[in-house]
Amino acid sequence: MGIIIYLVIAALMVAVGFLVAFFWATKDGQFDDTYTPSVRILFDNEKPAQNHTEG
Amino acid sequence: MTTVETKISCYHCGNDCADESLVVEDKNFCCNGCKTVYEILQENNLCTYYDLNQNAGVSLKAKNFNGKFDYLKEPSIQTQLLDFQSDTINKVTFHIPAIHCSSCVWLLENFNKILEGVTSARLNFLKKDLSVSYNPTKVSLLEIVELLATLGYEPAINLQSTENQPTKNKVQRRLILQIGVVGFCMGNIMLFSFPDYFKLDLSNVVDATYQKFFLYLNFVLSLPVFFFGASDYLKGAWISMRENLKNSASVLSVDIPIALGISALFIRSSYETFVNHSSGYWDSLAGLVFFLLAGKWVQQVTYNYLSFERNYKSYFPLAVKVIVPHSRGRGVRATGDVYKNIAELQKNDIIEIHHQELIPADAILISGRGLIDYSFVTGESEPVEKEIGDLIYAGGRQLGDNIELAVQKTVSQSYLTELWNNDAFKKEKRIPTTELANAFSKYFTFVTIAIAVFTGIYWQLYQPDLVWTTVTAVLMVACPCALTLSMPFTMNTTMGIFGKNKFYVKNQGVIQLLTEVDEIVFDKTGTLTENKKGEIHYEGEALTIQELEMIWQISEQSLHPMSQMIAQSIRQQTEKRIDKAKITYFNEVKGMGIEGIIDNNFIRIGSRDFIETFRDGSESGQVLVEINHLYKGFFTLKPNYRKNWQSVLLKLRNTFKLSLLSGDNNSEKSTLKPFFELNRLKFNQKPQDKLNFIKYEQEVGNHVLMIGDGLNDAGALRQSNVGIALSEDIQAFSPACDAILDASKFAQLTDFMQFSKIALNIVKASFMLSLVYNFIGLGWAVSGKLSPVMAAIFMPLSSLSVVLFAVGLTYVFAKLKKLI
Repeated sequence: MGIIIYLVIAALMVAVGFLVAFFWATKDGQFDDTYTPSVRILFDNEKPAQNHTEG
Repeated sequence: MTTVETKISCYHCGNDCADESLVVEDKNFCCNGCKTVYEILQENNLCTYYDLNQNAGVSLKAKNFNGKFDYLKEPSIQTQLLDFQSDTINKVTFHIPAIHCSSCVWLLENFNKILEGVTSARLNFLKKDLSVSYNPTKVSLLEIVELLATLGYEPAINLQSTENQPTKNKVQRRLILQIGVVGFCMGNIMLFSFPDYFKLDLSNVVDATYQKFFLYLNFVLSLPVFFFGASDYLKGAWISMRENLKNSASVLSVDIPIALGISALFIRSSYETFVNHSSGYWDSLAGLVFFLLAGKWVQQVTYNYLSFERNYKSYFPLAVKVIVPHSRGRGVRATGDVYKNIAELQKNDIIEIHHQELIPADAILISGRGLIDYSFVTGESEPVEKEIGDLIYAGGRQLGDNIELAVQKTVSQSYLTELWNNDAFKKEKRIPTTELANAFSKYFTFVTIAIAVFTGIYWQLYQPDLVWTTVTAVLMVACPCALTLSMPFTMNTTMGIFGKNKFYVKNQGVIQLLTEVDEIVFDKTGTLTENKKGEIHYEGEALTIQELEMIWQISEQSLHPMSQMIAQSIRQQTEKRIDKAKITYFNEVKGMGIEGIIDNNFIRIGSRDFIETFRDGSESGQVLVEINHLYKGFFTLKPNYRKNWQSVLLKLRNTFKLSLLSGDNNSEKSTLKPFFELNRLKFNQKPQDKLNFIKYEQEVGNHVLMIGDGLNDAGALRQSNVGIALSEDIQAFSPACDAILDASKFAQLTDFMQFSKIALNIVKASFMLSLVYNFIGLGWAVSGKLSPVMAAIFMPLSSLSVVLFAVGLTYVFAKLKKLI
């Protein structure tokens, strides 16, 4: 039954991994601007070069 | 004749097109500026701009910035603007007020595709900040700014741009990290506490191992909660205690009972874990800290996109052209002119000011004709004419041709800016967010400690082994968590409700300060009256339609703003037009008036120095009319008062002392007299006078609310207990203040004042509720019945219910008061 103890520790390690990711994201400025990315994600990538027609 | 007109709107900005001449690929443009932008975008294959939002562009009509940014060539000025500088990469951040939609984000973030040399552009939409990295060998700062301006996104570059703004980010990031870590620990601790609550069989070897394992795991997980999450509370309590011991402060911070509760929870739980090997209160501890941090988060929420800290520096330009006389320039600089940061201007520097530019320092006019618009400084809507040799105060805007000025005083010592050297700007304003809680905590702490001591003594006498458990339980359960949560959540909800009604307060403390106000001071121009031009009124002998027509024709000849306004007002009055008569003679005497002959009638319009037939009894600001050497009457500019201003004043007069400070002359005295006591109705007030008046009122013991709009109110707004800036455009400039009120909501001022009082009462009511919870909890604690499970359920539940109570009640009252 000792396996449960290992499982709990392993699960906790996984969770700590995500906590580290959270630290990284915060330090990187992920939460400094919470609005602009919501707009940015809606943009398409490059359009093929062509004359622009009424859209 | 065609009566049906098809409206053609500009493909770029959506404005109506005056003529159809500007057509590119069957798309219409209202002006060359818009067409240029379209062509630039098309060339760079960026027309997605128009797909995202229709007519997304910013209108470029009548925009001309030729030479406006020339000062950016100056390396020393560039250095002041740049965030980072090296040989191959420079970084700069612009504030761009014109940003308004997702198309803007798209275009500006693709800026590197338009201009070679720009490596990247990132936009913060809410703050309207664009960060640009570029290669200085390929592109210059000037080119970037000019292209941005051409596209309609003119960066606001002013004196404040060079100051490094304090970054709030670090504090905010730390709080985010704390909430994240504590939330993580709380979730895990709760999970690992479950087995214990379901009664593990400790006689069973396997169960006993698990129990120990989970206990120690919880202990490990609670270490970051205590040492990282709660560190600010522990530190705050320590500082407050030290100051009290040194007698430098007599207020017990609310951090003390919180820190006491958290420490009691931590020590007692450690004791249970390591000595008793029984479950501790780990989940209660983590939950408590989590709630406290959540409250703190709510408390610091503000309007990111509004600026409450602006002073003259965000109004003044960054640099100005300084003319170097050729004779002197030999040693210093061969020829030509230099651009100087206006903060470095010296006495006797000669500066050149163009049309629509601001005069940065008190200076004497040495060439050209000055027509200075002081509307922002004094609220006076009429431009003032200046002749060579006149002293021009800083803050005015030149209309018309280029002028040259000799600087008399440095920028910070000028008449207007001197105001900011006042003490009121040097010290921080008192922000009372935690004061109510602190006042409460004084009694709270002592009562809690007293109860703990009595409990200890009682059990010492009857059952000594219970002393330790009951005393710690009292300290744990008495932690004023719910108490500290009710304030931020109520005030945050109130802030949100105010925001929906276009009343934006700087922070939560302002709402509390609003409740203390007992005197309201108004500014006149732009506050009680509308900022826009007033209406022309005529007084005197009645004029015939023919006479009006003649005055209209004469005054239309002059470019002076007052004549233009008279012409406009007559045109509105007389819809039916008589045939235009011929003007056989016209003459304009600068700064005096105009005269002309129409149909053999000699008409003179002008100031009292100009019309000699009627000098006595007229006031400055009146425009006198004389026809055929006979005085007829005068025109004056009457301000338009705001809608419902009278009812607002009447309502406020019942509860508050009202005063009025106007920078204007006393021509409106009779209109205002019914609402103010005579000694509280003051005209011709300089900015410093306004500040002094409020200071005096405060010394007498009044809590003053100041409502103003212009730079001339800045000192008074700062000195007052609450300064509200009235603004017709929230995004536009408003002086440093505690709250910004949209001018259209002026009539609701009384509602806001009342509601802030309600909000404070709601806070007090939820204090009571949390006290009730504390008594229930204390009952269990004193009798030694507080088990870990009970604590784990009871403590978060009490906090949650207090928060719900406070927020819910605020919404209910807002609904009753019709604010939502």
